Amino acid sequence: MFNKYKSILWVMVLAILSTVALIPGVVAQDSAPNCGTEDVTLNAYFETGFDIPFALAEEFTNQYPNVRWDIRQDQFTNLINSTPRLLSGDNPPDLIRLPTMVSFANQGLLMNLDGYAEAFGWDEWPVPQLDQNRVAEDGTRGSGSLFAMGLNYSLTGVYYNRELAEQIGMTEPPATLAEFEELLAAAKEADLLPIMQWGSARSGMGLAFPLQALMASIGPVQPINDWIYQKPDATIVTEENIEAAEHLQQWIENGYFPPDINAIEYTDANGRFGEGEGVFMFNGDWQNAAYDAAMPGNIGFFLMPPAEEGGSPAAMSAPLTFGIAANAQNSDCAAFFLNWVASDETAREINVRIGGSNPGGPSGLAMPSVEDGSVIAETLAAGVVVGEAGTSMDFIANATSAIFAQGWTPELQNMVGGRQDAQGLLEAVQEEYERELEQ
Amino acid sequence: MVTILPHIHGDTITMSENSFTTAHPSQTITTRKTISQKTIIGWLFVLPALIMYSLFVLLPLVMSVQYSFFQWNGIGEMSWVGLENYQTILDDPDLLGTIFNAFKLVAFFSFIPVSLGLVVASIIHRVAPGKLGEVARIILFLPQVIPLVAAGIIWGWLLARTGLVNQTLNTIGLSSVPRAWLGDFDWALPAVGLIGVWVLLGFCTVLLWTGMTRLDPALYESARIDGAEWFTEFTQITVPLVRQEIAVCLTVTIIAALAAFDIVYVTTAGGPGTATAVPGIQIYILAFTQQRIGLASALSVMLMALVIIIIIPIQFLTQENSQ
Repeated sequence: MFNKYKSILWVMVLAILSTVALIPGVVAQDSAPNCGTEDVTLNAYFETGFDIPFALAEEFTNQYPNVRWDIRQDQFTNLINSTPRLLSGDNPPDLIRLPTMVSFANQGLLMNLDGYAEAFGWDEWPVPQLDQNRVAEDGTRGSGSLFAMGLNYSLTGVYYNRELAEQIGMTEPPATLAEFEELLAAAKEADLLPIMQWGSARSGMGLAFPLQALMASIGPVQPINDWIYQKPDATIVTEENIEAAEHLQQWIENGYFPPDINAIEYTDANGRFGEGEGVFMFNGDWQNAAYDAAMPGNIGFFLMPPAEEGGSPAAMSAPLTFGIAANAQNSDCAAFFLNWVASDETAREINVRIGGSNPGGPSGLAMPSVEDGSVIAETLAAGVVVGEAGTSMDFIANATSAIFAQGWTPELQNMVGGRQDAQGLLEAVQEEYERELEQ
Repeated sequence: MVTILPHIHGDTITMSENSFTTAHPSQTITTRKTISQKTIIGWLFVLPALIMYSLFVLLPLVMSVQYSFFQWNGIGEMSWVGLENYQTILDDPDLLGTIFNAFKLVAFFSFIPVSLGLVVASIIHRVAPGKLGEVARIILFLPQVIPLVAAGIIWGWLLARTGLVNQTLNTIGLSSVPRAWLGDFDWALPAVGLIGVWVLLGFCTVLLWTGMTRLDPALYESARIDGAEWFTEFTQITVPLVRQEIAVCLTVTIIAALAAFDIVYVTTAGGPGTATAVPGIQIYILAFTQQRIGLASALSVMLMALVIIIIIPIQFLTQENSQ
């Protein structure tokens, strides 16, 4: 009798164990690092002006009260400059917003997250999410070890003022580049500013957005990504990119951008667009909530249309990248936070509501609900289109740490001032790129 | 003023200005002891400042010179490159261009404030010695009290396309003139220079006015008796006699122009293109954005040498004149 029960008990135990073993995620989660029960203070460096990491940190403490935060913040351009010193300092951050990562990974300043990826099961997430944060041993991005994670995955495209768009006869988003250019011409004809964009050196030249959109509209995205990922012999001076830059130059000469673009800051451009100056604006979904507040019901979004009819629209879609310092004291807790952001229901809801972007995470998790017809709904739907087409790109300004400040910004400003042409622009940026890689 | 300078002749000590011409041997020992004690006490007073100065000025200076001979990213290993960094600066038109831009700024930061300051100080000195002059001096000096970053932000708004400057120009009928001053290739540097004039005019005016107040009024009275007019008084009496103050103004403002950073960074960050790129901005970008510490140090050392080369003759000329 006793033996019979004992056998049943063993069968049950084995059944439970084998069931658990068949679900790798469950095993991984159970054995994965976490924040423990002792008091922990996460030392974090966030980007000023982006509310999302602050809101997530607050919710994380609500759910895990033993975790406190010591958050310092700085502007993006200052972060670029201070990150190497922060990472190599005596009190390196547990969690830091990373403007770029290759040089920091190569210098051994960033923690290799491969172990955490295995422990949390990140390796099983849809591939493109993690690829942008991988750095190979030869210093190229896109493959190799994982050195950062995205808090969310932003998407860029064309925002438009619905009332003004209607005024120039736009009933639906343009299907081709030619149609889009017809709309720009119509806006100019109607005495409206076709495109609002920023361009001051302090904010970083915003014409990099339409330029990259044009590049992806005219040519394939892979060579652009290869260049950003610093693949050997990659060049930005391709026939397609020259054609894209020529389109941009034509737009500038046609007066499609504000005449004072070289002096416009990012926040001013958004403010002016919100007040009705400009039919279109190239920007990213992190601005969704602000646009919704400034122009409720009057803001729309579409992906940059392809040059050829029926082609796939492409978009710059980059993770809001956060890394852990190589010598961080609370790396387990920081990694647990990164996993929580992508998998916890409330965190994902915050991410979409405040961040306006796709929270990423494991496939199969439901996307938090958003209001139908809202601009967030439009950008999330556009993200699915780009994801299915496999046409997402990183930002051309992220190729090297100084390419934005020393390459794109001054050269695009020169183009606005009539001092640079399409080919010269790309060649000057390529020269700067190669000089930086030689270092 | 009686200055007492010790001169040692053999075993006796003589003091200048006839305080002591000869001294008894026993007196000599006492004086020596006193001097050495005084010297020690003097050094003790100087020591805290000397330590801070050495730590935060001299040491970084020496380290900058050292780094300028290396290629270094600020974190990894340093590799010796000799004078290559200096050669790079001389060969790179963009880097060299920043030094030329700095010289253009000298006109705005230095020559305009000093000349205008002379005129304004002279007017205040002559016309408004009382309360009115005091108010004028305070108003002119106010920009010195405002942090340069805040001043830069305010001027950024004023000089924007829809800012107060353009609104005023439109109001007075100059509607073809308004532009985005800080985003215009031809006007960005003069616009930044104008902010420099605004900041430094008060400093120069107050300093020059102080110099004018110590001039003997009898000089002006006798000149007036001889029939001298304001302009003659200004060129023949005022300007020559405040040469020392002019030299101080020139020194401070030229250094401010050549080492300009904050105003330029806040208003244009060196743009558009490289129209307002000055050595201060370039050093910052090289060191912190590009992580090229060696090249940044070389540019810093060159800038320092340039400042010294320009400033020393000004000091030398003023000393010669005063003698």
